[in-house]
Amino acid sequence: MINGSKMICEALKLEGVEVVFGYPGGAALNIYDELYKQNDFKHVLVRHEQGAAHAADGYARASGKVGVAIVTSGPGFTNTLTGVATAYADSIPMVLISAQVANSLIGTDAFQEIDAVGMSRPCVKHSYLVKTIEELPRVLKEAFFIARSGRPGPVHIDIPKDITATKGEFKYPSEINIKTYKPTYKGNPRQIKRLANAILESKKPLLYLGGGCISSNASNEIRYFIEKTKIPAVCTLMGLGVLEHDNPYNLRMAGMHGSYRANMAMSECDLLISVGARFDDRITGKTSEFAKLAKIAHIDIDPSSISKIIKADFPIVGDIKNVMSDLNNEVGNNLDFSEWHEILNRHENLYPTFTYQDSDEVLKPQWVINECAKITPNANVITDVGQHQMWVAQFFKFNEPRRLSTSGGLGTMGYSIPAALGVAFAKNNEVVLNFAGDGSFLMNIQELMTLTASNKKVINIILNNSYLGMVRQWQTRFYNERYSETNLEDVQPDYEMLAKSFGCDAYRVKSKDEFIKAYHECLKSPRTCVIDVVISRFEDVLPMVPAGAAIYNMILPQNLIAKDNK
Amino acid sequence: MKRALSIIVSNEHGVLSRVVGLFSGRGYNIDSLTVAPTMNNEFSRINITTSGDDAAFEQITKQLHKLIPTYKVLEGCEFVERECALVRIGINENLAGLDSLLKSFNGSIAHSNDETITICVNDTSDRIDNFLKTMKKFNPIDYARSGSLLMEVK
Repeated sequence: MINGSKMICEALKLEGVEVVFGYPGGAALNIYDELYKQNDFKHVLVRHEQGAAHAADGYARASGKVGVAIVTSGPGFTNTLTGVATAYADSIPMVLISAQVANSLIGTDAFQEIDAVGMSRPCVKHSYLVKTIEELPRVLKEAFFIARSGRPGPVHIDIPKDITATKGEFKYPSEINIKTYKPTYKGNPRQIKRLANAILESKKPLLYLGGGCISSNASNEIRYFIEKTKIPAVCTLMGLGVLEHDNPYNLRMAGMHGSYRANMAMSECDLLISVGARFDDRITGKTSEFAKLAKIAHIDIDPSSISKIIKADFPIVGDIKNVMSDLNNEVGNNLDFSEWHEILNRHENLYPTFTYQDSDEVLKPQWVINECAKITPNANVITDVGQHQMWVAQFFKFNEPRRLSTSGGLGTMGYSIPAALGVAFAKNNEVVLNFAGDGSFLMNIQELMTLTASNKKVINIILNNSYLGMVRQWQTRFYNERYSETNLEDVQPDYEMLAKSFGCDAYRVKSKDEFIKAYHECLKSPRTCVIDVVISRFEDVLPMVPAGAAIYNMILPQNLIAKDNK
Repeated sequence: MKRALSIIVSNEHGVLSRVVGLFSGRGYNIDSLTVAPTMNNEFSRINITTSGDDAAFEQITKQLHKLIPTYKVLEGCEFVERECALVRIGINENLAGLDSLLKSFNGSIAHSNDETITICVNDTSDRIDNFLKTMKKFNPIDYARSGSLLMEVK
């Protein structure tokens, strides 16, 4: 017989958990007492519960394992919600354990009591309130199973304080059989055959790769499919790395800040094969104008994603890895799409993918990102949310899946420092590189302390334009340059001093030479480092599709140059 | 467009709010809702009537399937439907014709005292709508409806 807290530790050990991120508190005291006594996994004390959820998320994205966070009741739990919602939006496997007030106090507005399960419900894959010690082992087992199976996602377990102290028999189930939960892993063979035939009949097929390809570890199958069929591919922000950056069939990122060639390919293809992508509005633009000439194939493990936004002609429910493997067996290899490639080449010649005008007077963010990619091509990259996120997506050369961790679906500012902490735990001794804007860097800056305290090294690069840059960009273009609450000039902390106070190495750089020197210093240092990079203030992320416009209506860098020269 | 769906879910706490949360999260109104355990106590049946366009309804159906405790979502099939209504009227009203009305709607008097009588009818929702319209001439004091109980026709 062991108590509930010990059961939690035993379950985490049996699930192979290496690290949990958390913050103690009154209702969680019993759990923390057991954590103190064990050596099976590491507990990392974050400085804010939101950081625990983001760190578990970053760990899960980089490792492919389930990320775990433990927090106390009430505010401890509510602070995690942004991180849980972030993981939910990007289908990241996570188990969040929150302590709750004792069963006898639930519903009495007790100190630090909140209806945690009620609050997490819209942003988790599933949730549990544990009412008895007998059900605790099964709930823990089910939570890990649900988090990592099917379409992955966060699972929340709310455990009252009395349960963490009550003793019971610990029988951890070896297998889980939930009658109501049976994800479909194998694609329907008839639908796969239909799609293979449609590829044969198609003149302009296009793959559209999303984060599901990474969740299902299907990169090899997809790369083989492309090698065999010579079908070009675009990807979403979440799909970066599924294909090698320089793969000749990689048309790169599509959507609001996608390349001209990628967006025109989406608009002109006659067969669009969506693989683990969900037709987010940042990709489709105006849906009535999206891929109008194409038959749509949609491969996804989540049936509710299919035909949600764009009606699918070939709906295939299944795990991407299995479906692509079956599709590889079905498609022939004597396909010829050379005319289609010529059209795409003409688009590329007209408006080359992701260009910018460099300058010697002022640092351009694109140059900084390019240099980092040149010096550390295998870095594990984390971004925050904003202009810098899109520049990284456009300019960093991702060659492998799980090399980029970024908040795609929810767009959570404050994600990157804690997520980088999680990535640093997943990728020991590898380069972990965090890009943030000056706005987003401040949002969870306290986690620099966690990095220092954990002896983890992350190189943080602030692309500092003294603006909330993405909002400023929209204000420039759509709000007649009324920069409402986005100008941060003269109201910034001294990031160098601030970072040093957290025990980091810190630099402020304004030129290319200074940046390269500082970056090499950071690579040599054993500590977490911060480089505050002063970049050009009015640089825009281009191409850009205005919200609600068709994705072929892009504002292109060339247009900007032409406008500026008038 | 009026819709009816019947959802078989695990009989556990919190499942109802998961189901109705999918409707409220999309700003979709529920016209009626009934819940009770099925013959197999492990499951409950949630019956919902609502109205809305095809696309939104298809999404809700898919999202209902996605919930972990959902076992089956029955919609678009032929249902046997029954709803119960209770109507309270004053004893001093002119009750001429009430008897024949009760007969034609399979109704009965469920309760009476020296001030009011309470009538119970059990029929399809549409017929209960008509019954309540007809009852207006008796100046009802109050009424209560159960919402649709549904069972698919095999």
